[in-house]
Amino acid sequence: MSKNSSIAALGDADTVFAFKAVGVDAYAVTNETEAREKLRLLARNYDIIYITEQFAEQVPDLIARYKTRPFPAVIPIPSSQGSTGYGRRSIKADVEKAIGTDILQIEENGND
Amino acid sequence: MAVIKVNPTRMELTRLKGRLKTATRGHKLLKDKADEMIRQFMLLIKRNVALRTEVEKELKGVLTDFMLAKAVSSKTEIEEAVSVPGKSVKVTSASKNVMSVEVPAFIVERGEKGETYPYSFASVTGELDDCIGVMAELLPLLVELAEVEKTCNMLADEIEKNRRRVNALEYVMIPEFQETIKYITMKLDEAERANTIRLMKVKSMIAGRN
Repeated sequence: MSKNSSIAALGDADTVFAFKAVGVDAYAVTNETEAREKLRLLARNYDIIYITEQFAEQVPDLIARYKTRPFPAVIPIPSSQGSTGYGRRSIKADVEKAIGTDILQIEENGND
Repeated sequence: MAVIKVNPTRMELTRLKGRLKTATRGHKLLKDKADEMIRQFMLLIKRNVALRTEVEKELKGVLTDFMLAKAVSSKTEIEEAVSVPGKSVKVTSASKNVMSVEVPAFIVERGEKGETYPYSFASVTGELDDCIGVMAELLPLLVELAEVEKTCNMLADEIEKNRRRVNALEYVMIPEFQETIKYITMKLDEAERANTIRLMKVKSMIAGRN
C-alpha cells in the first residue's frame, strides 16, 4: 500500500513562505479558527503536514486525534519567530507515556 | 481479590486451570513484547531528539535568512519569485511494520523537471538563493523527522496499551483465576470429606444394628 502525495505546511505567512519556495504546498493562516479548519481539510489529502508550533499549541485536540493514526503525520516546526519548545515537549510526552518517566531529561541536558 | 462466581464443580475447575495456563502464557508473551517495543522505542526516540534538534536549529536559521532576504528586496518581488515553485516535492508513503504497529514510511521524490531556483537571478537578491538552497537540503531531513516522530508517537501509544494489558493480566486476571481455583479445590475437598464422614457414619450405624 503506497501512494503519492504532497507535503503541506501550515502556519503564519512568513514561515510557510519558505516552504513554498522549495515546492511544499503552503497554507498561510492567521488565527486559530482558520488553522483548525485548514488542518482538518489538509488531513484528508496530505500525508505529512508541518504546522508551526504557535498554531499547534492552539489546536491540541486535533493534533491528539491524528497522533495515533499512521496518516497524516502532523509535525510541529518552529516558526520564523523561533521555537516555543512545543516539539521538544511532545517528544518528552511520548517518552513519559511509553516509559513512565522522562529518562531523556539527562541526555538533553548533557547535549545542550 | 474477588473470586469469580462459578459453580464449584470439577468441570469448572478444569476449565479454569486451562484459562489460567493461557493467561500466564499470554502474560509472558506480552511482557516480552513490551521489552522489545521499549528497546525499539529507545533507539527511535534518540534519533528523534537528534533530528529535531538539528532541524529546529537549521530551520530557525533559514527562516531568519528568509526574513532578511525579504527585507532586502521588495516583498512583492520575492513573493512573485517563489510563488511558482520550480520543483514540486512528492512523497511516496507506505506503511511498514514495527512490532506489529503500522507506521508510515516516507520516501521523498523530487520532480525531475524544473529547477531549484525558479526565477531569474537578476530580479532577486543572492540571500534568497542561499535560503532556497539550504531549505532544499533540509527537506529530506524534515521528511525523515516526520517519519521518525510519527513512529515514536504510535509506538508510545502501543507501549501504553500493551502495558495495560500486561497489568490487567498480572494483577487482575491471573490472581482471580488462582483464587477461584483454590476456592473450588477447597469446596471439592470439603464435599469429599463430608462424603467420607457420611459413609463412616452409615457404616457405624449398620454395625450398631447388628
